Amino acid sequence: MNARFLDWGLRGYIALVFVFIFAPIVFSMIFSFNSDRFPTIPLGSFTTKWYAAIWNDPDVWKAVRTSMIVSGCTAILATMLGFATAYTDYRYNFRFKSAYLALVLLPPTIPLIIMALAMLAWFSKIGASGEVWSIILAHTVLTAPFAMAIIRLRLNQMDASIEAAAWNLGASEWRTMREVIVPYCKPAIISALCLTAAVSFDEFAIAWFVSGLNKTVPVMILEIVQGNIDPRVNALGTFVFLTSMTLVIVAQVVLMTRKGVKG
Amino acid sequence: MPRPNTYALTWRLPIIVWQLLFFIGPLLFMIAMSFFLVKNYRMIEAFEMKNWVKMFGRNYFWDSYWLTLWLATLSTIVTTLVAFPASFALAFRTSETTRRWAIFLLIIPFFTSYLVRTFSWYTILAESGVINAMLGTIGIDPITMLNTKFGTIVGYMTLTLPLVVVLQTFALANIDRNLVQAARNLGCPPWRTILTVIVPLAKTGLIVAALFCFILSFGDFVAPYYLGGSKPPTLPILIIDTTKSGQQWPRAAVVAVVMMVTLITIAFTAITLAYRKRASA
Repeated sequence: MNARFLDWGLRGYIALVFVFIFAPIVFSMIFSFNSDRFPTIPLGSFTTKWYAAIWNDPDVWKAVRTSMIVSGCTAILATMLGFATAYTDYRYNFRFKSAYLALVLLPPTIPLIIMALAMLAWFSKIGASGEVWSIILAHTVLTAPFAMAIIRLRLNQMDASIEAAAWNLGASEWRTMREVIVPYCKPAIISALCLTAAVSFDEFAIAWFVSGLNKTVPVMILEIVQGNIDPRVNALGTFVFLTSMTLVIVAQVVLMTRKGVKG
Repeated sequence: MPRPNTYALTWRLPIIVWQLLFFIGPLLFMIAMSFFLVKNYRMIEAFEMKNWVKMFGRNYFWDSYWLTLWLATLSTIVTTLVAFPASFALAFRTSETTRRWAIFLLIIPFFTSYLVRTFSWYTILAESGVINAMLGTIGIDPITMLNTKFGTIVGYMTLTLPLVVVLQTFALANIDRNLVQAARNLGCPPWRTILTVIVPLAKTGLIVAALFCFILSFGDFVAPYYLGGSKPPTLPILIIDTTKSGQQWPRAAVVAVVMMVTLITIAFTAITLAYRKRASA
């Protein structure tokens, strides 16, 4: 077979896969500026009324505030836990270490709806349901493994003798952590903060079950789409897309550009 | 091994405490809850088989069960096959730079609001949506895509395709190129090289990708609800209905435990297959 022909076919195929993956994002953004109530082609006229509608809705502002608190706190907690765990895995060997790692890394493999039900039941039991911080606790469980993975990969690149050198020069373990290891991991820490914030910002199943009246933005979207076609969803969705895409892009770029730098 | 000091424990212990309190605790409590009773809309802690007997005795539960299993299997097969040519091209037929960029771009949607993307598909696939409007201009009658298995699979793929392509690409890019070259030099035609050399070499990664696809599809409620029409509901939708409207948390817990057992069985089987060495090479 003609190899060049095949190569072009494969390239076209990759392009199709990307169209499939990005089409919903692009269409949602386009339709957020479309005047017709039902989003289809041909497009109606250009409008910003759906943005005006969400801008003037106090419930949206409340949801945005809740979402920011949740994803901000989740990111900080998950990154701290992820860092501690990554460092433990990097530096120490101990009995039951594989059980330890399984305990940390398993949450993302469990369907969110199951976690949602389990969290709802557990938080009701311990009297913590319907609070903003109950979403934060649950999201931290879910996102800490991502932080752990990113920071662990960075520690992999670190020369093990750097830590020992600092000790030999008289620095305590704590001081070495503060002045050598944390600075070395800084890009990974920033990346982990962004990625965990993005995952938390987008998560809707657990948030829906445990949030009570403190709706986050995705929970609000979920409730709007249960009703009917509402173009406000596209405006709100575009805001969500831009926020999480920015976070995920920053998370990736920070790691790429600093890859070669030795701490 | 030396006894861990304060420094070591400071880094080791927090996650153990956290996961026991907010991960293992909830899961164990949910399993216990499946044996509780509900009286006058209040949950009573008990140890009865009632919920299990009730759910297992209902036809709708089994309808949902087999449907969910079938849809997740279908999604895994379709996604694996759709992803493979793209992953193959990215691993073998493009430059290192292109591959990096592609993976960079694929990671973005994986972490970007799946809910809004699915809703967007709803409007694209609708009776008067973008696709049918385009077909209309060339004189083709509208095709029903919503509330079908096709719709559900499109939704599942929205969630799984980026991840599967990334995992497959890693699996394929890491195999020993010399073996592929050797097969070609010995006159093995391209198709046979793919099937008898490349796929077996990348087996572990390909199976892990498929497993993730299965887990994500099996547990998702958005695609079967909004794009599939939810008739009959899948297990995740059953959990939501039972919890939200029925206040029957213990019965929802039964469904959740059944899902967990199913997933653990499938994951165990898949991982055994993935790491099994072939008897003779």
